[in-house]
Amino acid sequence: MLRWILGGRETQGAVEKNTVLVIGDEQPKNVYTELQVLKGHFDIVRFLVQIDNFRFASGGDDGLVLVWNVETGERLQELRGHSQQITAMAAYSRPGRWAPHTDLLTASSDRTLSMWDPDTGNRVQTVSDLQSSVKCLLVLGQLSLWISGGNEMCVWNRNFDLLCRTDHHSDAGIAAMVELPKNCIAAAVDKEIVIYRLSSVANEADMVVTEVRRLTDHRDSIRALITINDQLFASGSHIGELIVWHSLDWTPQVFECILWDHPHVSPQEEIKLGGQKQSEMSIHHMASVGEFIAAAVGSGLYIYNILTRSVVAYRKTAHDSNIRQILLLPDGTFAKTTYGQNIASGTVKLGSFSHSFLQLMSCSEDGSVRIWELQDLPLPAEPASAGFFGMWSFGRTSKQASQPVKKVQEAPALCTLELIGDLIGHSGAIQMFINFTDRGLVSCSTDHLIIIWKNGERESRLRSSSLFHKLDQNGGL
Amino acid sequence: MISSPDLVAFTKENDFGDANVDNSLLPEEFNVPPFPYSENENPWSKTSYAKFTKDFILISEFSEQVGPQPLLTIPDGPKVCGTFDLNYFSLRIMSVDYQASFMGHPPGCNYPKLNFVEDSKVVLGDSKEGAFAYVHHLTLYDLEARGFVRPFCVAYISADERKIMQQFLELSAEFSKASECLKTGNRKAFANEIEKKLKDLEYTRAILHKETELQKESNGCFSTQAIEKANELANVEKSIYEHKDLLRQITSYPNRKMKDPDFLPYDSENIVESPDLGQDPVNDSKPQGQSDSPDIKRSPSYTPQLIKAKSAKCFDKRLKTLEELCDLYFYHQTMDQLKQIEKTFRGDLCHIYTNQIGQALLKNQKVTNFLFEDYSSWEEEETDKDTYNEKDNLLNNLPPPAIIQAGEPVSLESYTSCVETLHIKMDPGDKVKEFQEEDSTETCAYDIAQGLSDECIDAMMKGSLSSGESIEVLGTEKSFKVQGPQLNEPVTHLSPHYPVIGRKRVVTKRANSEDSIEVLSTTDSIIPEDLRASYPIYEEDCSDTGEDCTSNMHEPIFSINSDTVAHNECVYGTADLVQMDVTCCMGQEGLNYKVPSPELGQECSANGVVKQEPQSCPQGDLALQVDFTFDDASISDGPASATTPYELNPNCLSDGTSRMTLDDCSDSTSFMSTSTCSDRTHPPFLYGSPITVKQKRKAGQCALRFIRQYPFAQQAIHCLLSGRPLVVLGSDERTVRKLVSALSIYVPNLGKYGESVKAWLSSPFQLTDLQIWKLIGIHKVASPAGFSILHSLKRYGRYISILDADQKTLRCPPYRGTLVERLADHRTQIKHGSTYFLHAQSSLTRLCAKAFLYTFCHHLHLSVNPSEEQEVVAARRTQFLRHFSCDPEDGKVLQFLSELIKCHYLRGPGKGVSPPIFGFNYVTSVVYKI
Repeated sequence: MLRWILGGRETQGAVEKNTVLVIGDEQPKNVYTELQVLKGHFDIVRFLVQIDNFRFASGGDDGLVLVWNVETGERLQELRGHSQQITAMAAYSRPGRWAPHTDLLTASSDRTLSMWDPDTGNRVQTVSDLQSSVKCLLVLGQLSLWISGGNEMCVWNRNFDLLCRTDHHSDAGIAAMVELPKNCIAAAVDKEIVIYRLSSVANEADMVVTEVRRLTDHRDSIRALITINDQLFASGSHIGELIVWHSLDWTPQVFECILWDHPHVSPQEEIKLGGQKQSEMSIHHMASVGEFIAAAVGSGLYIYNILTRSVVAYRKTAHDSNIRQILLLPDGTFAKTTYGQNIASGTVKLGSFSHSFLQLMSCSEDGSVRIWELQDLPLPAEPASAGFFGMWSFGRTSKQASQPVKKVQEAPALCTLELIGDLIGHSGAIQMFINFTDRGLVSCSTDHLIIIWKNGERESRLRSSSLFHKLDQNGGL
Repeated sequence: MISSPDLVAFTKENDFGDANVDNSLLPEEFNVPPFPYSENENPWSKTSYAKFTKDFILISEFSEQVGPQPLLTIPDGPKVCGTFDLNYFSLRIMSVDYQASFMGHPPGCNYPKLNFVEDSKVVLGDSKEGAFAYVHHLTLYDLEARGFVRPFCVAYISADERKIMQQFLELSAEFSKASECLKTGNRKAFANEIEKKLKDLEYTRAILHKETELQKESNGCFSTQAIEKANELANVEKSIYEHKDLLRQITSYPNRKMKDPDFLPYDSENIVESPDLGQDPVNDSKPQGQSDSPDIKRSPSYTPQLIKAKSAKCFDKRLKTLEELCDLYFYHQTMDQLKQIEKTFRGDLCHIYTNQIGQALLKNQKVTNFLFEDYSSWEEEETDKDTYNEKDNLLNNLPPPAIIQAGEPVSLESYTSCVETLHIKMDPGDKVKEFQEEDSTETCAYDIAQGLSDECIDAMMKGSLSSGESIEVLGTEKSFKVQGPQLNEPVTHLSPHYPVIGRKRVVTKRANSEDSIEVLSTTDSIIPEDLRASYPIYEEDCSDTGEDCTSNMHEPIFSINSDTVAHNECVYGTADLVQMDVTCCMGQEGLNYKVPSPELGQECSANGVVKQEPQSCPQGDLALQVDFTFDDASISDGPASATTPYELNPNCLSDGTSRMTLDDCSDSTSFMSTSTCSDRTHPPFLYGSPITVKQKRKAGQCALRFIRQYPFAQQAIHCLLSGRPLVVLGSDERTVRKLVSALSIYVPNLGKYGESVKAWLSSPFQLTDLQIWKLIGIHKVASPAGFSILHSLKRYGRYISILDADQKTLRCPPYRGTLVERLADHRTQIKHGSTYFLHAQSSLTRLCAKAFLYTFCHHLHLSVNPSEEQEVVAARRTQFLRHFSCDPEDGKVLQFLSELIKCHYLRGPGKGVSPPIFGFNYVTSVVYKI
């Protein structure tokens, strides 16, 4: 623990002055030892969508949608058609004859919606002249419908028939949508969460969407909306409010306001921080696995346990700048754990097991992906101080640094998020990443690049076996 | 590395089969024929009496006005040939018409017929001058020349007879190419000339016609003037007809061989459409400015003279120069090719030979040679495969429709025309001809062969004695077409007789060799294309019989005449060659050597001539020729030894063979000072041009200095070998470039053009650059640009190692292994850069071999049985790596090389569609200081 802090500070040097936490080059737990840089986009790459086990699509501000093979890094298809930047992408699977067939839905600022066949690269369907550009897409697999959210919400079927739509919302439009049980949909519209219900009218073909409820508990615009499980969904706002809702009766279950700053910080200090406060508080992204919710709060990470309704671990400054996306890996690709089994058998109880199985990945505007591991605090004082020491930026006095230590000591269940690896490669903000588990991790960035991070050992093994396969085919050298 | 002289050793020729028995013996591929022992043990003293120091190429012409005369030498300059008498030598090599071209009016045809004559290839020796030459005779067309032909020859002159003999095949191939190029240009120019002439004639005819009409009107139909005019007109008509026919002949010349993109396709349309380069000199050079310019044509009094001028040969007429005879473009291309040939064959035979062996071996290391080998030496094989047909066409192209139309009869005819002239000169009698037509059985052939050979010797002795001249043709061998399914029998039958023949030859030679040019051998380059298909059978036959014959054959010859040994030993590059060699010779003796090609069906008309002078040592060139076809056929699938000599890369050789430069030697004293930075710094690689061995040797010099200067050289080299990009940082461009070029020899998979190296970069690099560049020189400046560079260095610090040339520090992962130790021992006793380069190359080859083994050991990567755990395999792998070297860092080198090999093997040499893979390790770096 101490080692990496020291090592980190040593290497911080002149370049990354603001780096709070730097792991050294020694990363034994980091398996990503091979990378492939995929070039093809001419502008910021914003979206990545997994199509199937080995393919993914990327979309960017250049209006291009590219389909890639994650194993070889080959570019399989180039889907051209959008004249402006891509604003939303989704994969739309339907059962095929032998295997489910996946199409790709894309929305662009040119106010068109398209469906593509990633096998052939054909544009299967397209709708243009929408009233507003679509900001989010939600596929309802069971109903074989999909919903586009912009300034209004539209419900479509597979054949691109518009089934129904809502009224015009505000200019802010729908930022995010999640599917709720009983044909309900939660849509984040600025500060509110609007619950819609889809119901079919007499004949099956037509659908009606009705607004059921507006949840107005957030005091600022909602940035993140996720489903936790059948009963719960969560939302996070710009000022760090995290609310967990019940999926059926839409009542708030948990209200947590994440304030990095200690309550009794001096007024002077608060003013000093005032400028940065909002973005530091903003919940950009959330992820959940099991009973854990992870939230990207500014450039920090925050893990909450909904069973115990308590914070499990947090790092105020996990990255140098805002975190764009986080990913929880319950049975991680990094370490073999039995967590998945524990969850399945329901034996998981807080405090009764080690947290070391839980891994988390985060990508940030600073261009790096970091891999964290939830670890118990071996000793209450020392690592905590180290951790919190790291959390403070350099301008702060040591007086403040000592204060959070108390808090940690007060919360016995608190764990630390230990940095076990970071992936450095992009030279711009990482917009998104998707995890192909064994096959690797794909990240896309403002530097127009996509990088596939792979497990070098596994790849080497695969290459060996294909080598011997080819050798067999050729009948020797 | 492989071509390093250290590896060359002598082995016996006939123990190839049981090579496994004795491990101490080198494999057959490394075999170099031993230097024949004579009273003078020094192999280099032999050539000392030649009057020139270096080999050169001579172009001579047999001028119809002044006789044989030298035209030019390559390289040019008075120093080239020293006191060597070119005139004299030209006289000698041009004095016999080996091409036997027949021109003019063949019987039964009352207008001139162009003969498309094949080039002849002769090896001539002048023992007095100490000069030996490969002579390539060719004929160019000239409308103003006698019989429309101008005989030329291109000769490669060397003081080393063995070199000529052993490199015969390569020389023949290269010279054929050059000759073909020249002839193509000539045909183009010739066609142009005829067309112009035709225009003149047409014009003349029109004028004459008018005049005739005038005469008829004024003087009556039967006046003398009218009849004269009518006769003139008829003559012009005839002339037009003849010229049209000539044009048809020359333009109908098959152009199929011209698929090679290097050549301008030549066809009749082109001539009309493009009055290009070649035409101007032709125009200008017209002696009297006859008839070409429209102005002159307009004067009617002139035109009748045109025909007369053509028919009357005057000796004061200026003949066209070689340059004028040929389309300029082709002329220059030919000259370039000849220069290239000169470069290619520069240097000692041993050197050329070792290079060839090395390259032949390299070509077989398809799996690993991309790692550290010089691309030029093996890479062209792939391209060769594609262009091979074209190459063949180029070499065998000559048979035009006029000569070979449909197989047997025509070719026979064309052949006999060649034979006839030889008969005239050598007076072998008609038996040969008779024999040609005979489809004799093997015993019969054998008898005749015996008889003939005696006879021929007699005939030849007579001929040479009676000639009064001291020129002796020791042997020619015309268009030997490999024949006969009964390959085996004649060989076995005839082998005992060979020595006899050899002895006879010796006698003749002794009798006349005082002052003589010996025609050691000649061949024609006709190799039926179909033969290639039949190659496998052929090879089998040879290998079956070749071995026992070898032993029978060579010893007697050795004992008889040491001079012949050289010839006999010609092409013993490889076991197969040896076998080929011998069997071919026998086949030749045996006259019954049938082409095993099913489709060919061509009678081998060559045998008659072969029998004429069998007593020279034709086995050498025969072998060459057969081997030549052998090569053609086996290029892709032949065994290791089969592909030996042919595909030399001119680039590689030219640079590779050039001797150690003064630079290299003089450098060796200056490493100890750390600030050495001589002005001789060469930009390591010109981007865009292939890296040559020469550059690498220069780099070797730098590398030697580097490892002596920097105690952390091993670490730096380890970085490169384990695939970690190394950045050389410095403010002085020259220093950085020097370091980069020094280190470049350690970069695996450097690429043909050195793509993996960026010698000098002044802008920040990206991650994508690291995928490609494994060695980067970076400009260190204190400026915003410098800052962003620094930023990228810091950002990607974990992927790279940084060598700071200014502060003399290296930041890289620690390395304590032993693998690189030998490669970069700063106490090394090696003094010369090129020596060190070879040392490094051989070390790297060892490494390659290990990596190969590691990669292709099945059980190191895959489980032996399905139940086996991945961990077990991994443990085995670790065990294996530990066996090679104790240090895990060394294991990384092997692993990296292994990954490269895998990728190369899976993807092929091309980069493929998928982006490159960049592997790295998470290792803490440390800083090394001087």
